[in-house]
Amino acid sequence: MKTYYSPEDLSKFPTIGEGAPELWKKFSEWYGAVFAEGALTEREKALIALAVAHAVQCPYCIDAYTQTCLEKGSNKEQMTEAVHVAAAIRGGASLVHGIQMKNVIEKISM
Amino acid sequence: MQLKPFEKAIAESNLYPLTSTGISTLQVNVGRLCNQACRHCHVEAGPNRKEVMSKETMELCLDILRNSDISTVDITGGAPEMNPNFIWFVEECVKLGRYVMVRSNLTILTETGYEGIPEFFAENQVEVIASLPYYMEQNTDSQRGKGVFQKSVAALKKLNALGYGIEGCGLILNLVFNPGGAFLPPSQKALEADYKREMQKRYGISFNNLFTITNLPVGRFLAYLNSSGNFEMYMGKLVASYNPSAATNVMCRNILSVGWDGTLYDCDFNQMLGLSVNHGAPTHLKEFDLSSLSKRQIVTGIHCYGCTAGAGSSCGGATT
Repeated sequence: MKTYYSPEDLSKFPTIGEGAPELWKKFSEWYGAVFAEGALTEREKALIALAVAHAVQCPYCIDAYTQTCLEKGSNKEQMTEAVHVAAAIRGGASLVHGIQMKNVIEKISM
Repeated sequence: MQLKPFEKAIAESNLYPLTSTGISTLQVNVGRLCNQACRHCHVEAGPNRKEVMSKETMELCLDILRNSDISTVDITGGAPEMNPNFIWFVEECVKLGRYVMVRSNLTILTETGYEGIPEFFAENQVEVIASLPYYMEQNTDSQRGKGVFQKSVAALKKLNALGYGIEGCGLILNLVFNPGGAFLPPSQKALEADYKREMQKRYGISFNNLFTITNLPVGRFLAYLNSSGNFEMYMGKLVASYNPSAATNVMCRNILSVGWDGTLYDCDFNQMLGLSVNHGAPTHLKEFDLSSLSKRQIVTGIHCYGCTAGAGSSCGGATT
């Protein structure tokens, strides 16, 4: 193994089911249902997935959902804004924990 | 990379051998000459191409129309307007009572010497099928060349002013989207709604329908797939997205494609690959035989996965 991540591995994802076929079957059905058109469109769901992929920094998901977003009709501007949403939440999540820092300072300071 | 042969895929859908269901459209490629040289063009058309259909070959097309009930003539290129006998050919088709569609790249309608073509289209009730790969300038120009988008918008405004694409006017203006890279087209219905909203909001432009077309691994798009290292990924995607319903509705089953020199093909893609009709059917206009061509076996290959992927693809857009 030369690297931890390899693009070819994405297509091997279903082989993870070999160890627990029933769980993989349930996951696959649930996953398919999650991304089907519902109260949100398939395009909206793909944009959410793209943003989350960046938040969790999964290269497989970024590859897959960049393609999916294009194939659902999103453009680069919309996709970039989705990535900014992910980045803003990550950045905001760090910053808002600064309140904990302040709370600790207040607690232990005279 | 080992791909499942297309013939095997259609056999599993009980569609092998794939045969014509009758010819309703004669698709005539009047030449590869074009004022553009788009990066995805399967024809590899451009300003330096010399293959242009002669008037004699057009006469042969008209003879076939006179002696058959083929209802529609679909004229393509290159930029078909650049064929020196284009006007005459359209007029003759119309005189024969045929429904005429012209595939225009739009920018030619803004070039010197071609400014009167939109009025000519309107006078002859020609359906205009116009390439516009996206409603934003950057995406369009990146695929079709710098400045193409603005010229296209100018041409579309002129067509709208003549009544094209305006509800109730009866002049049909359809737009064509094709992906700007190695990915499949979005849902035609969803993208048409985007196009209608954005083209109206940004430019005040109306049109009738949007056709989403998949890029086939032929011509310049094939060269792009190879040079960009996307060939395997893209072909894998096409094969994995094989849709039996789309295979049932492939356009080659009801069109016949004519090359600039009168050679007959099952589609414009086979034409660019040099794959003429086969399996005993006549291969040239001079030997035209409607009865054998109407039930001919279609010549297929790995590129055919482009028309059967996802929602399907044809010159009239998605097929499912």
